[in-house]
Amino acid sequence: MKERSGIETHPHTVGSDKPFFGVMVALGSVYVLLVGAMLVADASFTTWDHIADALSRKEIRYAIWFSLLSCTLTTILALWAAIPIGYLLARFEFPGRGFLNALVDVPIVLPPLVIGISLLILFNTAPGRAFEDGVTPITYAIPSVIIAQFAVACAFAVRAMVSAFERTDPRREQVALTLGCTRSQAFFSVVLPEARSGVIAAAMLAWARALGEFGPILVFSGATRMKTEVLPTSVFLELSIGNVEAAVAISLLMVTMAVVVLLVTRWLGVRHIGS
Amino acid sequence: MISVQGIGLKQGAFALHDVSFDVESGAYGVLMGRSGTGKTSLLEAVCGLRAIAAGRVIVGGEDVTGRKPAERGIGYVPQDGALFMTMNVRDNLAFALHVRRWTSVQITSRVDELAGLLGLGDLLDRDPAGLSGGETQRVALGRALAYHPHVLCLDEPFSALDDETRSEMYELMRSVRAATGCTALHVTHNLREAENLADVILRIDGGAVAAEAMA
Repeated sequence: MKERSGIETHPHTVGSDKPFFGVMVALGSVYVLLVGAMLVADASFTTWDHIADALSRKEIRYAIWFSLLSCTLTTILALWAAIPIGYLLARFEFPGRGFLNALVDVPIVLPPLVIGISLLILFNTAPGRAFEDGVTPITYAIPSVIIAQFAVACAFAVRAMVSAFERTDPRREQVALTLGCTRSQAFFSVVLPEARSGVIAAAMLAWARALGEFGPILVFSGATRMKTEVLPTSVFLELSIGNVEAAVAISLLMVTMAVVVLLVTRWLGVRHIGS
Repeated sequence: MISVQGIGLKQGAFALHDVSFDVESGAYGVLMGRSGTGKTSLLEAVCGLRAIAAGRVIVGGEDVTGRKPAERGIGYVPQDGALFMTMNVRDNLAFALHVRRWTSVQITSRVDELAGLLGLGDLLDRDPAGLSGGETQRVALGRALAYHPHVLCLDEPFSALDDETRSEMYELMRSVRAATGCTALHVTHNLREAENLADVILRIDGGAVAAEAMA
């Protein structure tokens, strides 16, 4: 075959795409198999008796309910903070924006124990002690668990909300402003409803993150049974006395709770997007 | 009328200095120019969506330079329609009326009137996601006209439409003008669009605007 330029050409052929997909699947499956194998190992190690034994103990039941309650409260608090921070970071240029952007990521990159120590030090400063004396005890008390969970979970919620607001078209908000809205009316009637799948994702992340929080709670709240004991604390306490069966049974309960929350929020998200 | 007097604005490396033009009351002004000449920035400045460094914007004889977009009385139709995706067509049309606390009877009456004017009767309960490009722009136009603004600002509203739909939209715009008598400032780079709609073409080039009245 000759092109108009006179250069001899041949039909262009390409090889199979199978090796490409083979490599992608092989590399990805390393991680997927690891996670799957961990869960299978947990499940095969535990019997229904171990789970029933764990559930029959009042301190474990307390830890379950306290975990559910504290994670839900933490999620609500995290959304209250993450929605305004996410909106401001996603929409506006302002002095100190870069600093704020980096600051809210600090809890994500800090070692968990350092967050616990930082909280401990914060409430040992003069203003911190004054708050504990004048308002309510925090350190090693129930509120410390929620503060420790909030300190980390909120950072993840902020990231989710920034990307959610970045995905919403600012033009729609501008149209709302020309139609007679204040900033606040435009935000609540146009921007926030359009970002609701992001709000659900942020809530899911915050809840799951709070459920798994351990390091800051151990340092800032202690591990007092029937008081500051959440499920990760229970796993730690059971392991420390050599009761591996109970530790694994509680771990499986946490896996189940996390999966249920994941499925419910996914379903809610899909339903909202669908509507 | 719309009167832009000595506007200056800056956006990164791009800047406009001392830009002035007028669109007489009830007239249809089409702002034309190549990409990157600042047409959209000027339109946004008129709507109050972009801060200006100098100059004044007069709408209907009143200086609106310091006013918020909500207080300028300008209906705005952006390029892609930018319909509110969580509301159906009816709620999009009624949005400005809810904000102004019209009664439900007044809102229903106005939405029906707009639906008649723009041929949206069958679409009122539809979600924006299912609308065609032409339908989307008709809803965006109706939403902007709902509260009887004296001025309409349109930013390349028909640029994504096919030729046949564009021609229908030109016809529709003429009937909307006849029905509302509002003053319009329409940004486009399409000469056919300008020739079909404009009373005056405002050509922007090198930061200066030259007006050319259409026969």
